[in-house]
Amino acid sequence: MLLAAPILLPLGTAIILFLLRHHPVHKLLSVLSAGVLIILGGTILAETAANGPMSAQMGGWAAPYGITLAADTLSGAMVLIAGIATFTALMFATVEVDKPTEALGFHALCHAMVGGVCGAFLTGDLFNLYVWFEVMLISSFGLLVVGGGRRQMDGAMKYVALNLVGTIAFLTGVGLLYGTAGTLNMADLGVKLQGRMDETAVMGAAGMLLFAFAAKAALFPVFFWLPASYHTPAAATSALFSALLTKVGVYSLLRVFTLIFDPGNEVISTALLIAAGFTIVLGAMGAAAEGEMRRIFSFHIVSQIGVMTLGLAIGTELALSGAVFYFFHHIPAMMGLILLGGLIGRECGSERLDRIGGLWTAAPWLGILFLIPMLSLIGVPPLSGFWAKFFMIRASFEAGDYLLGALILMASVLTFFYLGRVFVAAFWQPRPGVEAEAIPACYPHRLLVLPVMLLAAVTLGISLSPDNFFALAGDAAGGLRDPIPYLRTVLGGS
Amino acid sequence: MEPSLAVLIGFLVACGAYLMMSSNLIRFLFGLTIISNAANLAIFAAGRMTFGLPALVPEGAETVEGTVANSLPQALILTAIVIGFGLFVFSLSLVLRAYAEFGTADSGGMREAEPEDARRPATLDPELR
Repeated sequence: MLLAAPILLPLGTAIILFLLRHHPVHKLLSVLSAGVLIILGGTILAETAANGPMSAQMGGWAAPYGITLAADTLSGAMVLIAGIATFTALMFATVEVDKPTEALGFHALCHAMVGGVCGAFLTGDLFNLYVWFEVMLISSFGLLVVGGGRRQMDGAMKYVALNLVGTIAFLTGVGLLYGTAGTLNMADLGVKLQGRMDETAVMGAAGMLLFAFAAKAALFPVFFWLPASYHTPAAATSALFSALLTKVGVYSLLRVFTLIFDPGNEVISTALLIAAGFTIVLGAMGAAAEGEMRRIFSFHIVSQIGVMTLGLAIGTELALSGAVFYFFHHIPAMMGLILLGGLIGRECGSERLDRIGGLWTAAPWLGILFLIPMLSLIGVPPLSGFWAKFFMIRASFEAGDYLLGALILMASVLTFFYLGRVFVAAFWQPRPGVEAEAIPACYPHRLLVLPVMLLAAVTLGISLSPDNFFALAGDAAGGLRDPIPYLRTVLGGS
Repeated sequence: MEPSLAVLIGFLVACGAYLMMSSNLIRFLFGLTIISNAANLAIFAAGRMTFGLPALVPEGAETVEGTVANSLPQALILTAIVIGFGLFVFSLSLVLRAYAEFGTADSGGMREAEPEDARRPATLDPELR
């Protein structure tokens, strides 16, 4: 029951919120429900970290015949992060999103998407994973266009088109695997496909799934939908997307390519290494070339997705732990920065770097708040990003991939350049066309500032005790490296 | 039976891929629909082909007798068709709306979110137009 709760809660909330969407109280309910999701995620994480993986068979059909829900430390941590992300983004949205958009069901769509995301984190069945992907996808389509004009319509078009292609590849891969192994339970697939990686059908299915998840995660060469669309909707939506959607793609890669397919396979790990390397470089270079806050952030997300995937591509214990730790570091810092971008855009009336400025005198505390996630994402010690990059670079050096370690370092230098440029533009440069004295002191609504502060607090918390979080990431990575406890929990027996 | 189905699936994917190369979004969507149906057929074939053997339990018996059709792929396809239909309807209405907004169904004409010169988004700033 505990495992189904993080799925049923958002989906149930979505229905209630849709019915109440004209009433002001629905915003409060929406944020509260996200708060409960944090508690549920924390409970699952505590449970799995203490007692190992847990599973539940839906409808009382024993695995591998029924649909299994399963959670290990990684799933628990992801649900907890999803809860925190939803809570902060929705709190920001209560003020940012206008009434007509709310009346179209903005909050209901958010919760439906979160339901799909949590389903993807908790399911133990490959076809069920496909269904949760679709739930997440269709809600994100809605969120992307809701209350939008031409700009959002344009971004949504590209997002929808490229994601649908990934979806079909996923479905075909699932079909091929079923034809080969006769099962769709992920644990059972892992057992049945052991040592069969050289079969054409298995390799073909692996290729299909690799393509599908890479498209969801925004990996090279299929990342173009992300920078085309993420900057168009409300900042709260962008932040929620950045925290959840691409991360579900990376999570699925981590899960499927350790549990179902042999993680040591040369072809797959080489493909992942190349994709990750190009993603890191092209994402960072794209960000450096942009001139608008959230477009810079979008490319930055792409670049960081590459680093996380690198963890899987290298595949050692340290690399996988580093990838999971990267989740912990990246999601709150990135969300904080995107929400701040939205805040600055509201204050200055534009998100373009040549239109903003003068905020240091108007709101120096906003600058301090901006520096925390920014320096963390660059990787300045002692902030969380330093530790995340330290673990990943060390993992790639230990595995002999010196080039990739150097790429992460180079991307950090570029990050310093483009995020520094945003900071200088927003805070230090005079606002073009406006006298410095004419800029009023800036007092944003406190519900816009509180989520940013909460996320900064999470970043600082991780920075202060990286060892605890790294131990947790190591626990999650251990579950990926050695799936025996997971298999035993789902399938029972030995 | 399987080989002819494989040829049919290949033909459908080829047609779909050809249509998806077009910058016309309507053609793209039709291509997408054709490919998603090819994917459904692939799942169907993955469940092995049988003829005239419905998975029905005879009256009075506890279980099916002999070889029967595999009903799981059919259930999967049914789910996939429903999902695919929903997505298709959404994307079709999105194209319709985009056509109303932009006056074209050609993706090359939609440069609002990513303007060609990022420094001067043509339509965002009337004074720069």
